[in-house]
Amino acid sequence: MGQLSVNNLLGIKYIKKQDIDLIFDTADHFKEVLNRPIKKVPSLRDITIANLFFENSTRTKLSFELAEKRLSADIINFSGSSSSIKKGETLIDTVNNILAMKVDMIVIRHPNPGAALLLSKNVDSCIVNAGDGTNEHPTQALLDAYSLKERLGDLDGKKILIVGDILHSRVALSNIYALRLLNAKIKICSPLSLIPREIESLGVSIETDLDKALSWCDAVNVLRVQHERMEKSYFPNNREYSLLYGLDNKRISKLKRDILILHPGPINRGVEIKSDIVESDNSIILDQVENGVAIRMAIIFLLASKMNISKSHETV
Amino acid sequence: MQKKVLLNANQIDIIINRLVCQLIENHHDFSNTVLIGLQPRGIYLLEKLLNVFDKNHPDKKITSGNLDYSFFRDDFRRNEKLININPSKIEISIENKKVVLIDDVLFTGRSIRAAMSSIDSYGRPESIELMVLIDRRFKRELPIEANYFGAKIDTIDGDKVNVVWGNNKANNVVYIEK
Repeated sequence: MGQLSVNNLLGIKYIKKQDIDLIFDTADHFKEVLNRPIKKVPSLRDITIANLFFENSTRTKLSFELAEKRLSADIINFSGSSSSIKKGETLIDTVNNILAMKVDMIVIRHPNPGAALLLSKNVDSCIVNAGDGTNEHPTQALLDAYSLKERLGDLDGKKILIVGDILHSRVALSNIYALRLLNAKIKICSPLSLIPREIESLGVSIETDLDKALSWCDAVNVLRVQHERMEKSYFPNNREYSLLYGLDNKRISKLKRDILILHPGPINRGVEIKSDIVESDNSIILDQVENGVAIRMAIIFLLASKMNISKSHETV
Repeated sequence: MQKKVLLNANQIDIIINRLVCQLIENHHDFSNTVLIGLQPRGIYLLEKLLNVFDKNHPDKKITSGNLDYSFFRDDFRRNEKLININPSKIEISIENKKVVLIDDVLFTGRSIRAAMSSIDSYGRPESIELMVLIDRRFKRELPIEANYFGAKIDTIDGDKVNVVWGNNKANNVVYIEK
């Protein structure tokens, strides 16, 4: 087993193909651990992790927390809404205070793009980005790619479609970076108003006709419309969006072959995806959730393996 | 580095046959026994034992598996050596089973402690025994001893014991590097 080329996981942008391979190999072992009657290993019993969530989260927060507990780490949870941030404390001051309590690793979700990067440059700790605004969500992209690889094998040359609100989606950007590293072909499909300028420079092609795009792909990752990040209206209404860009059984049954369907959640049933598709045999949405714990265990384990024991045991 | 052969192919063959007989003596029909090869090197000794069972004792139905104990090691983050994780494959519950852990060399005992902690993840065994091909005496850091061993040898710090499994059994050899 090798080592990660990075000391923090700030984004897929900063890692290499070998890092992804190592994370996937390690996640395979953790998936086996998660199928044992006792699903816990003691590797991180001397590590303390702080989960700092300045933005709402269900899946990612629980998944990180479970991954950390399965690795026997001590954890503290922190929510932005109930913190001294509200009293005017800066992010760096808050984190430095937490680190003073002998915390070894920070998992951070923040509404501002670049928050994880900012922390990594200003605090002395290992940082894991759990989503920073519209920038990146690296662990989601890794679990998406891992779930795809489980079903499709090597992703080299596989055709992956990303449908939805690309403009506001950190999942889309991290997925594009990850899938490009794994040599997949990527197409995005969305109203033009929800596609960032220059996105083709990342090596993706654009298709605005969902039926055409679906007939091209091996798998489709459906993204939610992120109304909370929209300051203006990007399409007339949800009904029209659903008619043109919503995934339903009618669309899928017209295809000549089976395709895999992914969704990072939370799902807005009836908008970007209909219930019959969420629960169909082609859907691997719950595989994504299951794999998320193994992928996050792998990332935390690999980052922890690079941390010098003397640092976490040092005395004041 | 000086190499000295400790066991040649013929001696290893005799030892493996003897270890199989010792297992039969204690486990009879093996109905409640699971043989577990420890990754990365113990799985080869297990494979040789299973070959002898197949050939000489086909009436014995042996249940076996492979165990990697990397996540239970006590030296995680304590040395520069990278952890090498291998697949674990235990497809049955070991609850109330008689487990025999199988490894090539018993040295400090720390790997065996990690393996004993790790095997608990699959259920609570009725008992755990240990079988090794080579027991490096006087090097234990924990109170752990083998129930079955091929040979006991005396070594000093810096000695390296290598068990080499060849493509055919004529090439099997155990040697010590001083």
